[in-house]
Amino acid sequence: MQRIGVFVCWCGSNIAGTVDVKAVAEALKSEPGVVFSTEYQYMCSQAGQDLIKDAVKEHNLTGIVVCSCSPRMHEATFRKTAAAAGLNPYMVEIANIREQCSWVHKEMPLGTEKAIILGKAAVAKVNLNAPLTPGQSPVTKRALVIGGGIAGIQTALDIADAGFPVDIVEKKPTIGGKMAQLDKTFPTLDCAACILTPKMVDAAQNENIRIFSYSEVEAVKGFVGNFEVKIKKKARYVDETKCTGCGACIEKCPQKKVPNEFNLGMDNRRAIYIPFAQAVPKVATIDADYCNMLKNGKCGVCTKFCAAGAIDYKQKDEIIEEKYGAIVVATGFEPISMEKFDEFAYSQSKDVITSLEFERLTNAAGPTAGKLLRPSDGKHPHKIVFVQCVGSRCASCAEKGKEYCSKICCMYTAKHAMLTRDKYPDTDVTVFYIDVRTPGKNFDEFQRRAVEEYGVNYVKGMVGKVTPEGDKLIVRGSDLIANKQIKIDADLVVLAAAIEPDKTARPLATMLTASMDTNDFFTEAHPKLRPVESPTAGVFLSGTCQGPKDIPETVSQAGAAASKVIGLLQKDMLLGNPCVASSNQLMCNGCSSCERVCPYGAISYEDKEFPGPNRTVKVRRVATVNPAVCQGCGACTVACPSGAMDLNGFMNSQIMAEVDAICK
Amino acid sequence: MENKYLKDDIIRSSGVNPKKCMKCGKCTATCPSFDEMEYHPHQFVYMVESGDIEPLLESESLYKCLSCFACVDRCPRGVEPAKLVEAVKLSVIRQKNSNRLKADDVVKYLDEDIPQQAIVSAFRKYSK
Repeated sequence: MQRIGVFVCWCGSNIAGTVDVKAVAEALKSEPGVVFSTEYQYMCSQAGQDLIKDAVKEHNLTGIVVCSCSPRMHEATFRKTAAAAGLNPYMVEIANIREQCSWVHKEMPLGTEKAIILGKAAVAKVNLNAPLTPGQSPVTKRALVIGGGIAGIQTALDIADAGFPVDIVEKKPTIGGKMAQLDKTFPTLDCAACILTPKMVDAAQNENIRIFSYSEVEAVKGFVGNFEVKIKKKARYVDETKCTGCGACIEKCPQKKVPNEFNLGMDNRRAIYIPFAQAVPKVATIDADYCNMLKNGKCGVCTKFCAAGAIDYKQKDEIIEEKYGAIVVATGFEPISMEKFDEFAYSQSKDVITSLEFERLTNAAGPTAGKLLRPSDGKHPHKIVFVQCVGSRCASCAEKGKEYCSKICCMYTAKHAMLTRDKYPDTDVTVFYIDVRTPGKNFDEFQRRAVEEYGVNYVKGMVGKVTPEGDKLIVRGSDLIANKQIKIDADLVVLAAAIEPDKTARPLATMLTASMDTNDFFTEAHPKLRPVESPTAGVFLSGTCQGPKDIPETVSQAGAAASKVIGLLQKDMLLGNPCVASSNQLMCNGCSSCERVCPYGAISYEDKEFPGPNRTVKVRRVATVNPAVCQGCGACTVACPSGAMDLNGFMNSQIMAEVDAICK
Repeated sequence: MENKYLKDDIIRSSGVNPKKCMKCGKCTATCPSFDEMEYHPHQFVYMVESGDIEPLLESESLYKCLSCFACVDRCPRGVEPAKLVEAVKLSVIRQKNSNRLKADDVVKYLDEDIPQQAIVSAFRKYSK
C-alpha cells in the first residue's frame, strides 16, 4: 500500500481564483492511500518544494500527487523535488488543475468539482505506480548540419570551434545559400559577399568541418545521440580531389544556353559550371541535363582542356553512411512563385521582377555587372515601383500566397529603394505598403532615412494591377491617405515576394520525425522557451526553416542551435526515458501489429523458447522493444490485439484506474 | 431600422466579415468606378464595420458599382467588398420598398451607345 501525499497549488490566483483549493485538499484526504494533504500558494517555489520534501520525510511518503499546472510546465521540477527527498522521480503524478480546470472554467463550484475529480484520478494512478529507472545510451560525438546557407555555416563553425566534428550537407554545388545572392545587407549596408565569403572559407578550412556539397540526406535512422544517416553525394562528373577550379573547362564548354539559376535565369551559364567566383568548394560541376557528352556522347571538350584530368563522365552517385549524435536542420527558404499573381503581370513582362532578382541586377557579380538595367531592353529605368506584401498576409489565396508576414520584405525594400536613389538620383522610386514593419535595432531609423534623406516616395496603399503598355508598365494603385487612385507609368516593377520554406524540407521532416506546421516551417519544441530545438530529441533548428527571419536573427539562432548541440555532444552518456513500451512475451502471439504501427522502428521480433506441457519446449515468435529507440508514444499498446504491449508509467491498469476514479 | 441592426443585417445578408479587412486598399486600387464614387470600396468596408452606414444609404456611390468583382478577386483577405456594396443597396431597396428606378424610367436613359444586353437587363431588373 502506498503512502501518498497530495499537494494542491494556488498558482497565486491562477488556480485559487476559480478553484477552492482548501476544499480540494480536504476532499482528497479521504482517498485510498492518501496520508497527507495540503495546499500552498506557489508549490513550484523553493518554499513549496521544501514543503514537499519535509512532508515526504515526516509522513514517510511513497508517492506524491501535485495538483498544479500542466505537467509540461513543472512535472520535471516536481520529479527533481521527489528525487531530492529520496523518492523515485516516477512516483510523482501531476493533476492539471490549471490549464484543464481553472483557466477553462468560470464558476468556483464547477471548477472545484473538476479539480477534485482530476486529483482523484492522479491518486488512483499513483497507487499503481512503480519506480522506474531510465536506461543509458552513448553519444556519437559528431554533428550533422543539413543546409549550407548562413544558418548552416554559422552553426557548423560554432560547433567546430568547440572541438566537435561537423558535416555540412548542401544540395547545391556550393555552400553560401541565399545570402551569397544578395548585394548589400540591411541596416548597415555591408556587402553580403564581403561578410559571408570569409565565413565560407573558414568553414572549408576548419579541420573539424567536412562539406558534402551537391549532396542530399537520403535516410535517417536512430535516435538522439545515435543517428545513422545516409547521404547521397550526387555525381558532379568532376573529381573534387583533382579539380583546381581554374575554369578552363567552363570557358571552352560549347553548351552556352543553360539558364543560370544563381542569377535566377536572367543570364546563361555553361553546362559545366561553378555557380559563382567565391564558391566553396571551388569545384566545377557538370549539369547532366544539358551536357552533350552525358546526353548523347558527342563532345568531351572539357576533358581535353582539363589540365588536372578531373573530368569523369562515368562518375556515379555515391552513398555515404555516417553516425551523428545531433542533427541541425538549416534548410532555409525560397521566394514563392509569382506566376499565379496575374494582376502584377510577372509572367507577361520581363520588367516585372522579384526582389531577389533585383538583388542580382544590382550585384556587381550579377548579370548586369551591378548596373541597374531593365531586363527587357537593357535601358536604365527612371521610374521604379516597389510593391510590398506580394503573397504575404494573403489569407484568401492559399493556392498562391501565404497567410503569414514574411518579415524581411519591409527592410529589404527600404534598402533597395534607398540604394537606388543613392546611386541613381534621377530615378523616381515609389513604394506601395500596407504597413511598414521595422522592429529591430536601427531598422526604423533605416526606413525613415530612405524617406527623409533619400526621398523615396512611400504610398500607403496597394497596387491592384500592372499592365504592360509599349515599353512602360502602367501601375494602378491606391493612396489611402489621400483617398486617391493613382496611376504610374513605371519602367520597372519590383515585387516583394513572400518567402516559403524550401521544398525539400517536408520529406526531410518525415525522415527526422520532426514536426512541421501547416506552412511547412519546422515546429520548435516551445515557441518561447525552446525556440531552436525540434520536439524530436537531438534535432535542432537553425534559420528560416523554422520561420521567416533576417540575417542577424538567423545568425543568433544558428549560434543558439550550436550551443544546444555542444551541450549534447559533450555528454558521454544520455539518460533515456524510462516510460517505454515492453511486451509481455507470454501473451504475445507474434502478429506484427505493433511493429507495423511503431513510428520509430523500435520493435523487432525474435524466436524464443518457451516451456510447453510435459517438459517440451516450444519456439514462438515474439516482440521485443529496443528501449533506447522507443519514444513511449503508446501506439503499439493500442494496436496489440492480445494486450501483450504495455507502456511503463502509463500501464493499461493505471489508465483504467484513472478512468474508474473519474467515473466513480 | 436602428444602426446596430442595420449593420448586422448588412453583414448577414452579404456574408461579408468586414473585420477581416487589413486596410491595404487593393480593392480601391483598380476599381473602375473610382472617379464616379463618393465612397470607395475600402471606405464601404470601413464604414459598415464602424457602423457609419447612414451616409452610404444616401450616397450615389451605391449605384456606381459595376459589380465587376475585381475587388472580390484581388482582396488578399477574402473580404469581398462588392458583396457588401450590394447588401447596402439591398437594404435601401428594402427600406423604400421599391427599386431605384421603375421600368418606365429606363427609357429616359437610353442612348445609342448602350449595349443591348444592358437595356434588356435593366428592364428585367426594374420591372420586378
